[in-house]
Amino acid sequence: MLNTLDILETIKMITEEHLDIRTITMGISLLDCASEDLGRCCGKIYDKVCRRAERLVAVGEELEKEYGIPVINKRVSVSPISAVAAACGGGDFADLARAMDRAAAAVGVNFIGGYSALVHKGMTDADRRLLDAIPEALAETERVCSSVNVATTRAGINMDAVSRMGRILKETSYRTRESGSFGCAKLVVFANIPEDNPFMAGAYHGVGEAECAINVGVSGPGVVRAAILRHPGCGLTELADVIKKTAFKITRVGQLIAAESSRRLGAEFGIVDLSLAPTPAVGDSVAEILEEMGLEVCGCHGTTACLAMLNDAVKKGGVMASSHVGGLSGAFIPVSEDAGMVRAAESGALTVDKLEAMTAVCSVGLDMIAVPGDTPAEVLSAIIADEISIGVVNNKTTAVRLIPAWGRAAGERVVFGGLWGEAPIMPVHTGSPAAFLARGGRIPAPIHSQRN
Amino acid sequence: MRAVITVVGKDAVGIIAEVSGVLKRRGVNIVDITQSVMSDLFAMVMMADISACTVPFGALADELADLGRRLGLDVRAMHEDIFNSMHRI
Repeated sequence: MLNTLDILETIKMITEEHLDIRTITMGISLLDCASEDLGRCCGKIYDKVCRRAERLVAVGEELEKEYGIPVINKRVSVSPISAVAAACGGGDFADLARAMDRAAAAVGVNFIGGYSALVHKGMTDADRRLLDAIPEALAETERVCSSVNVATTRAGINMDAVSRMGRILKETSYRTRESGSFGCAKLVVFANIPEDNPFMAGAYHGVGEAECAINVGVSGPGVVRAAILRHPGCGLTELADVIKKTAFKITRVGQLIAAESSRRLGAEFGIVDLSLAPTPAVGDSVAEILEEMGLEVCGCHGTTACLAMLNDAVKKGGVMASSHVGGLSGAFIPVSEDAGMVRAAESGALTVDKLEAMTAVCSVGLDMIAVPGDTPAEVLSAIIADEISIGVVNNKTTAVRLIPAWGRAAGERVVFGGLWGEAPIMPVHTGSPAAFLARGGRIPAPIHSQRN
Repeated sequence: MRAVITVVGKDAVGIIAEVSGVLKRRGVNIVDITQSVMSDLFAMVMMADISACTVPFGALADELADLGRRLGLDVRAMHEDIFNSMHRI
């Protein structure tokens, strides 16, 4: 018989501490949807997503009932569309996003990721066409998420792509200005993009992945914070153990749901992502964990060290709990989606510079940060370049999801609603990096990429 | 398949009878049961065999949750594997 206290602990985690399965994401290969005719390619994409993901939502709801744990999102990721559509002759690449959007609506998922291109070393003609279509795709679809990988540790940084992403962000910001430039929240720029990330907006199904795979992301900032709260004043070594044990338990639930959902859906078990993913709900915040560890406010000196320890302990606890760990696996620090981060940013304690430093020790990057709408494209590109270089040099994933909020200035707010939360518009440095960006070309791969 | 049924809330007469009444109607066998009352707070944990349950598991869980709402208690039925995975290596 199970121990009563253990049973009640699990129930408390679910009912009071926001433990949930954040997402069951089905990765679907669309590599067999290639066609010389763009309309035909769109038709194949729609049919395949609908066929493969037909039961995804139903199975998610079944598991939620049986195991008594909320499954918040059911989502789909697909092969990078620039590769899927490379054979297409004429036509508008935004139509591919429309096909994805219709398929996502038909199977009942709220987001579909993979309107993506991998351009870390160079761009194909199809990559260029896809990048050009991103602002229109994000403005005119509801569920499509886009990601662009502009760098890897092995290839270096494609600065031409970085420059282009600044301009794409500006255009997306303008085209979606009526919704607080929300289109930019569905676009992520990556270094070392993972092929099996279940979290949106950066999810895509890598070309080395199976025909169909299930990747699961759990969420537990509230559980970790509650565990720390029960150990006031203990030493940091003991605290690391507390976090490890908690992460183990959280991840075991993810492993169970990933195994069971992949079995029921006839898909490969992909990975469990160990990330601590906050939500705007009070008590479900990574910033509050850091404050519970002993910081007066997230963003003060000491924040990077606390986050480094938290991130490491979460991984150590989680790795043993799952047979396959992947995705991003670390603590997320999105500003708008984390009530503690919003509070710290509004008080001025948390700045973009401090967030950049924090991303050196955790996943994933500058995430859901609203910046003034008049920020020049070159400055946006330079913020991307800084963040991406942290990933490239440290051999890790980093990403940038900035929202230049059209028509708004630092100190104002932009509200997205739901899990996306609301963001204070944070000031950025105004010195111009334009001449640096105008040099163009690639930043060579760092010396430690030479591992063979 | 076995399920863990938990009842947490303010103690009152007949809680076990109400819960086991539902289980009996649905063909669920109670394998083990523990309960404790600490300063008015009632906590009961049942291990139940639901292999002969006459309704889908989701429907049983809903029925128990509804009963809980009527009695002012938190009543949950969950697959035992979630607890096994979390608390056993």
